[in-house]
Amino acid sequence: MRMRNSFAAMLAAAALTAATQVLAQAYPTKPINVIVPYAAGGNTDVVARIVLEHMGQTLGQQLTVENIGGAGGTTGSNRAAKATPDGYTILVGQMGTHGAAPALYPNLPYNPLTDFEHVSQLSDTPIAVFGKKTLPVNTLQELIALIKADPGKLNNGHGGVGSTSHVSCLLFTSMIGARPPQVAYRGSGPALNDLVAGVHDVMCDQIPHTVPQVIAGNIKAFAIATPERSAAIPNVPTTAEAGMPQFVASGWNAMFAPKGTPKPIVDKLAAAVDSALKNPATRKKLEDIGAVVPAKTGPDALRSLVASEIEKWTPVIKAAGVVGN
Amino acid sequence: MHSLGIAFDLLFGSPIILYSIIGLIWGIIGGSLPGISASITMALLLPFTYGMAPVQAIVLLACTYIGAEYGGSIPAILIRTPGTNSAAATVIDGYEMKRQGRAGEALGISLWSGVIGSLFGLLMLIMLTEPLSWVALAFKPTSYFALGILGLSVIASMTNGSLLKGLAAAVVGLMIATIGTDPISGVTRFTFGSPELLGGVEPVLIMIGVFAVSELMMQSGSKGLGGVSEQVRVRLPSLSMMNRLKRSQFIGCLLGTFEGLTPGGGGSIAAFLSYNEARRWSKEPEKFGKGSEEGVAAPETANNTVASAALIPLLSFGIPSSNSTAVLLGGLLIHGLLPGPRLFEQNADVVVGLYLGSFIATLAQILVGILLLPVCVWLVNRPRAYLAGFILALILSGIFTLNTSLADLGIALGMGLVGYLMRRAGYPLLPLILGVVLGHMVESSYRRSLLLSGGDHTIFLEDPIAVGLLLASFVFVTLSLVREFRDARNAKLKDAHA
Repeated sequence: MRMRNSFAAMLAAAALTAATQVLAQAYPTKPINVIVPYAAGGNTDVVARIVLEHMGQTLGQQLTVENIGGAGGTTGSNRAAKATPDGYTILVGQMGTHGAAPALYPNLPYNPLTDFEHVSQLSDTPIAVFGKKTLPVNTLQELIALIKADPGKLNNGHGGVGSTSHVSCLLFTSMIGARPPQVAYRGSGPALNDLVAGVHDVMCDQIPHTVPQVIAGNIKAFAIATPERSAAIPNVPTTAEAGMPQFVASGWNAMFAPKGTPKPIVDKLAAAVDSALKNPATRKKLEDIGAVVPAKTGPDALRSLVASEIEKWTPVIKAAGVVGN
Repeated sequence: MHSLGIAFDLLFGSPIILYSIIGLIWGIIGGSLPGISASITMALLLPFTYGMAPVQAIVLLACTYIGAEYGGSIPAILIRTPGTNSAAATVIDGYEMKRQGRAGEALGISLWSGVIGSLFGLLMLIMLTEPLSWVALAFKPTSYFALGILGLSVIASMTNGSLLKGLAAAVVGLMIATIGTDPISGVTRFTFGSPELLGGVEPVLIMIGVFAVSELMMQSGSKGLGGVSEQVRVRLPSLSMMNRLKRSQFIGCLLGTFEGLTPGGGGSIAAFLSYNEARRWSKEPEKFGKGSEEGVAAPETANNTVASAALIPLLSFGIPSSNSTAVLLGGLLIHGLLPGPRLFEQNADVVVGLYLGSFIATLAQILVGILLLPVCVWLVNRPRAYLAGFILALILSGIFTLNTSLADLGIALGMGLVGYLMRRAGYPLLPLILGVVLGHMVESSYRRSLLLSGGDHTIFLEDPIAVGLLLASFVFVTLSLVREFRDARNAKLKDAHA
């Protein structure tokens, strides 16, 4: 009896695997809905659209973006986590939704590690330390000395509690042992505007939107927190070159599918991402906006990235006592 | 001269006219659907621009923006539902004109004023981008606080004779604006554990609720099924009317340019301020609120001017002043174009194309409007019962599309009930709307200013723009109160003589 049951179970498993294979071979047979948990036109949205354009050609179906903003990207991410795991709803998340969110939101309705199938990282968007152009310093070390000399004097502007620009500067200032006054804005656009105008003094942010300002000399870029310099602003030294190698941070973007999405479908999506990132035109578009093609792609690399990012941001955010809800 | 050459090449050697007109029509359709904002209308087009040449993609998106800003006024006039936030002020006199059987005339005025506003904004964009771009940088958090206060000062003249009721409505609006995540500290306020409220309540839900849903409730309480018999034709203003509208359009142009230049605006403040100033400088201020042509012209000129003027900080700094310009920025970045001074040197064809496309779309707006609007007017002249059902379905589906959230539907319907009760009890609705739209800006700018100064209030006195705007607010409120007091006294004296 037991043997017959085992045989039936094996048969069922084999049938299921075969069915999934067939499903994956046919996939996709209709357009894929891609949730971007931020407003259209923002950094994540732009990166997603650049990569999705090429993925659409590879997969033979259109990938349509649905922008579901709110609550630091967690509303859209939660919607994706709870979606039917059939490969037709996927998510482009980032460092905020899958790295910082567990520490920021005590009631986070999803687990970035266990509620998703990890597809692939799409881009690294390096973070840099910027200052207003009238600051009387030119190097990262001089900036650090200035911040520490008069702890309450320089204001640190950021794009809102829990934003990449907020938590990355928390990491930077905690490493130098300072706590400058924080001035929150609604999005990094207005914060950048006020940095250009000289209203506040220091800001950490992903470089895509800041490149034109740095090139035009409207703000100072002190160091870029990645191991390599950026092709978009090649004159800006890395944090290692500037004497602070321990400060490494980037606002990566990555693709996720709801937990339970069949592995062949996840692999097919990951392969399409890979082929997009190898395409010279797509790479150029990403590099033009200051993003970098990640060194490692694929599900396993993304899973370890998410785990290491949660480990990295949680103590910084908890120590600063920041709460997102 | 070089730019002229590029313009000729684009005009005759590329399908730029086609893209301008497609963008315009798509924008008008999207903008006129309640709940679908200009930015959503534009974002829906983004995937279609992937394969296009950059100049065509940007022209398509920019013309969609122009169309959507105009399109928002159509439902505001016809069904008391502002299609976009910036069309809220148009509801006041636009819908009143429609009720008087003058929908065709109101739509004609809004069309004409939209064209004037767009052309003026475009002129500013082409001629004065460099000198004007610095206005965006001159605006500090203290200035934004004062600008918000100036916007709120309009309440004093929108109270329908009862200052106390007006203030009460404004306080409710300001309270609604505090719902959601605190913009400075990240603490949640009045969300009652609901994740849907974490991001706050979108002003468009409140507007649709208190204007449109409450109107449907009012109508369902009245007898009769008949439609209003009126001409279906859209009537552009006559020469003498154009002459009369000049003053209010000039006010709209100035205030629209001002708001377009300052990031964080989006058109609603300029529209409300222009409405208020047009009334102050009008020869017939008593007609405002009762179907004044100038009351439609001023806000419609302002919000269309904003759409063009907002391109100034976007192109010169890459700083989007609204959600719509953020989508346009996304469009530029996707096509490998970096805004900033270098854009004008390295991608002159895109910049010239953008100017040219916007110009074509603005002129085409008159033709498209004349062809498209009679259908809309015919539609709203169907028997009232069917129309009410159609409008309810239209606004509910529009709201649901916004975030695909059932909570949003609940908020809009709940606010409809609040609006209905307020109208029954004689409370004005506009102060509530202004409170919702400006509350967030006033609060966050005030607290941001104090964070920058370490809690020192004298920071507001150190910023000349803030001082000027606060003084202007004080003068506006005082003048409005004096006028109200005088009107009340005159009415009393008249009664006594009678």
